[in-house]
Amino acid sequence: MYHLIVFLPLIGFLIAGLFAKSIGSKGCEYITTGLMIISAILSWVAFISVGYSDVEPFTVPVLQWISSGDLNVSWALRIDTLTVVMLVVVNTVSSLVHMYSMGYMHHDPHRPRFFAYLSLFTFAMLMLVTSDNLLQMFFGWEGVGLASYLLIGFWFKKPSANAAAMKAFVVNRVGDFGFALGIFGVFYMFNTIEFSTIFQNVENVATAEGTVMSFLGYELGAADALTITCLLLFMGAMGKSAQFLLHTWLPDAMEGPTPVSALIHAATMVTAGVFLVARMSPLFEYSTTALTFVTFIGATTAFFAATIGLVQNDIKRVIAYSTCSQLGYMFVALGVGAYGAAIFHLFTHAFFKALLFLGAGSVIHAVSDEQDMRKMGGLRKHIPKTYWMMMIGTVALTGLGIPGTIIGTAGFFSKDAIIESAFVGQNAYAMYAFILLVIAALFTSFYSWRLIFMTFHGKPRASVDVMSHVHESPNVMLIPLYILAAGALFAGVVFHNAFVGHVTGGDHEFWYNEFWRTALYSSPSNTVLETFHDVPKLVKWSPAIVMAIGFVLAWWMYIKSPSLPKELAKQHPGLYAFLLNKWYFDELYDFIFVRPAKWIGHFLWKKGDGWLIDGFGPDGISARVLGITGKVVKLQSGYLYHYAFAMMIGIAALITWSMFGGAG
Amino acid sequence: MTDWPILTMITFMPLVGALMIMLIPTDNAVAERNIKNVALFTTVITFIASLYIWVNFDNTTANFQFVERYEWIGSFMTYHMGVDGISMLFVILSTFLMPFCILASWKSVKKDIKSYMIAFLLLETFMIGVFCALDIMLFYIFFEAGLIPMFIIIGIWGGARRVYASFKFFLYTLLGSVLMLLAIMAIYWQTNTTDIVLLLDPSRAESVIPASMQTWLWLAFFASFAVKMPMWPVHTWLPDAHVEAPTAGSVVLAAILLKMGGYGFLRFSIPMFPVASEELAIFVFVLSAIAIIYTSLVALMQEDIKKLIAYSSVAHMGYVTMGIFTMNANGIQGGIYQMLSHGLVSGALFLCVGVVYDRMHTREIAAYGGLVNRMPKYAVVFLIFTMANVGLPGTSGFVGEFLVLLGVFQVNTWIALLATTGVILSAAYALWLYRRVVLGSLDKESLKAIIDLDTREKIIIYPLVVLVIFYGVYPMPVFEATEVSVNTLILNYESAIEAAKETAQASLK
Repeated sequence: MYHLIVFLPLIGFLIAGLFAKSIGSKGCEYITTGLMIISAILSWVAFISVGYSDVEPFTVPVLQWISSGDLNVSWALRIDTLTVVMLVVVNTVSSLVHMYSMGYMHHDPHRPRFFAYLSLFTFAMLMLVTSDNLLQMFFGWEGVGLASYLLIGFWFKKPSANAAAMKAFVVNRVGDFGFALGIFGVFYMFNTIEFSTIFQNVENVATAEGTVMSFLGYELGAADALTITCLLLFMGAMGKSAQFLLHTWLPDAMEGPTPVSALIHAATMVTAGVFLVARMSPLFEYSTTALTFVTFIGATTAFFAATIGLVQNDIKRVIAYSTCSQLGYMFVALGVGAYGAAIFHLFTHAFFKALLFLGAGSVIHAVSDEQDMRKMGGLRKHIPKTYWMMMIGTVALTGLGIPGTIIGTAGFFSKDAIIESAFVGQNAYAMYAFILLVIAALFTSFYSWRLIFMTFHGKPRASVDVMSHVHESPNVMLIPLYILAAGALFAGVVFHNAFVGHVTGGDHEFWYNEFWRTALYSSPSNTVLETFHDVPKLVKWSPAIVMAIGFVLAWWMYIKSPSLPKELAKQHPGLYAFLLNKWYFDELYDFIFVRPAKWIGHFLWKKGDGWLIDGFGPDGISARVLGITGKVVKLQSGYLYHYAFAMMIGIAALITWSMFGGAG
Repeated sequence: MTDWPILTMITFMPLVGALMIMLIPTDNAVAERNIKNVALFTTVITFIASLYIWVNFDNTTANFQFVERYEWIGSFMTYHMGVDGISMLFVILSTFLMPFCILASWKSVKKDIKSYMIAFLLLETFMIGVFCALDIMLFYIFFEAGLIPMFIIIGIWGGARRVYASFKFFLYTLLGSVLMLLAIMAIYWQTNTTDIVLLLDPSRAESVIPASMQTWLWLAFFASFAVKMPMWPVHTWLPDAHVEAPTAGSVVLAAILLKMGGYGFLRFSIPMFPVASEELAIFVFVLSAIAIIYTSLVALMQEDIKKLIAYSSVAHMGYVTMGIFTMNANGIQGGIYQMLSHGLVSGALFLCVGVVYDRMHTREIAAYGGLVNRMPKYAVVFLIFTMANVGLPGTSGFVGEFLVLLGVFQVNTWIALLATTGVILSAAYALWLYRRVVLGSLDKESLKAIIDLDTREKIIIYPLVVLVIFYGVYPMPVFEATEVSVNTLILNYESAIEAAKETAQASLK
């Protein structure tokens, strides 16, 4: 069964990729989508059978991969609760996106290619989440990067799309640089990169005496070596999950078709970083420093991305920054040790964020491919089904619910769990994280409602021509929205006990509840998941309060007095430009990385190779030689002859000498 | 096993083909076709025959296999052939790529096809000879003689600046070969043999070269091998040679000739001069790390497609040298794998460049753009090789690079850190190239009528696609073949270092 779940998408990819001509576009769509749906159904079966039973984690072998020295790596599928949760997320969203794309990409001449890429992406993502070692994970990691590159640049005629695709790949490679070094570090310490062996030995390594690793000239003890390794691995996570400093590629990635944004840049690929840290939780638990850093970066991202989201006008970019911000929430949860809460948010976020993106796609589809919200407005009556789906997505994202009860949307359960965990978190940046997350929640509510109001309410700002064409999407696009909406509403209430519940007074040996068992690890001193249930009332209510404030502000600024935002922007031009230009990160990176790299490259080429090496080497010598002989024309044959001659003379001399001299 | 002199047969089969071509007169189109057919037939047969070696190769021993040994010039030099786990796959790589080179030249070479094919077949004989030779003089003869057809190929069938390029190539290699010849003489003088098997035998006391001599000999060999690799800063001949060489010439140059340097390090430098290798490893590391960063940055700014790929070759060879001198299994196997993979990938990339060069007769990046619109199949294969060049997991390019870096990290984290930046830089230059050449809309008038891969080109390129992916997913056949030989190499190296230290301590007392 697990083979089928993972390899059906690969088969779909190969069929759509190789035989598109003979089976036609329709054939490709039906085959890839059909295989994805089978895979998704099997994933739910796996989810129930692994998550709600007491089977030990097990490995399904596939093929040997690399064996060299002590390194022995196989292609294999590791199945535990964390894996099956990811399987469900990936395959559910992927199959819905496949289905949705049948409608959304209806007019595109390159549909077989599109579906092939989607299936390739899904396969790579599945290899990532089912991996039983770091290298296969790296394969999936780079594989999803490739698929992301291909899909962002799907419309290859658009220069902006090609630039965005390349940027995504290269920025991700910066993260992968850290990831790769992290893998080397793990191998250095553990002599293996296979998960179960690492997890078994982590305690021995962590308590080892003396120098464990010498890194860049420093002799590191066990704790520091683990910290460095975790930080390097986390660098990979930062790249893939678009965290602060390595986030610049994600907004640009919106150049891709909208279903791609929903699948890759919201629900699945960008959460790979969260998955990585959760998977390596047995390692991270041994390094407070690394976890503190994770908290810091997560909180900063959550806040920073939300501020930019406040002022963006492109509907997809708003959601993209929202994604970036929500990923920050997940990293805060990881950082304070609430791994279950992080994965829970990953799980619910996949539903409502995919819903928002696909809803946005439905809007874009309706208004003739316009993405600027300033040219929308008043669409509520024209596309009511899409409107209500977007509403559900928004209430789920903002986390609508009544604290203290189990009445609430999916986001209410997972996001509040994270904010409360941050409050009780024990590391140095937990309180910093708590404050920023609450502020970010306010912003989240504001920009989400701003999006709804600007798009659906008020007077239409699109041209009459566009408005006359506005139409509701076909069922093939709406049904995926309904399914995701159901998830966005109910995933929280149904699954919160499983993901973040705990056994009261539970045994610390088996800290996590029956659902996670050994898939996630918390050290005995980590009590976050126990204590976060008992936070002060004010803390429990704080997300709900700021959410309401955000809603009122958005309503006031975009419904009540719509001229207010412009005035505000005028009053604070510096701040507005700063936010609108995304804190000037692109300009900064261009200035400190891109241009110097080009300049140095050019310098080394012309001056290093051309002037220095060639000038004093071959060209210099030849100039001298030519000066003496002056016979430029005969160079070609002449030198060849000289060369052969020199070699023959040499050999002859050697032989002669050996026969009559030394050898005799 | 059989008593047939299989290695001699494989080595000299192309020579026989070359002789046959000499007998064909060149006065009409039929003769021209015959020449091509004979060349293709010869290389294919040679390849099939060479597979016999791999099939019958014994993975469990580090000894040389299929050995042939005849006295040749008195007691001094022997005709001694044989392969072990390190050299065997290079023989296969050489024979495998030659038919592609012949096919790639099928239409593009117009001038004097007869001499051209003869040059290629001679080149093949010499290349196979290098990897099979078990006498250091025999090795030297093959090693240096192989360059002659390469000079001719660049000098006659090359581009506009072919004279400059072959001249530069010549100057660099001359220095290296003179020094290597001197070193070979010194080795003979010291050990009384030129037989590689005896020289490598750790139990033969005479074969141990005193530590005081090792450094000098090591440097002399290094001069030759570093130029061939090529290592920074003696790499500048390569971009020019590649740019001027015809497509098939570039393929052979990148895929096989560059591997002779790496092979030389493994066959001679490390086992014969272990003490010097240990001392000078850091020197190699630094040069390799510089090569990776420096040439990647230079590649970024290139305006000529072939030059860009040539610079990327230098960067990739940086991983090879670095891996070899880690002296651990990961690094060395990674280095060997990187060489084999680079043989496939860079060969394929040059073939891809040849495809568009044959159509447009320019290598300027700026002359292209939007090829995907008219050449979707080409776009796919070029992307796959670009990704392999970048080292994407799942392609053969990843396996070697990863193992090398893993090996280096265990020895020197600074170098590993610097070298790993190569993964970022390679993505930048390779994808930028791809974007400028293949992606975008097709606006240039000159490209409007360009056509996609034809059958001949598919036959050349598709097998390489399959192999690049196959060896990315299942590289085990290579590791199985190399494992024992590499482990023995490391074992002998370590015991030699141990012994040298004991001697040094004893002399102190």
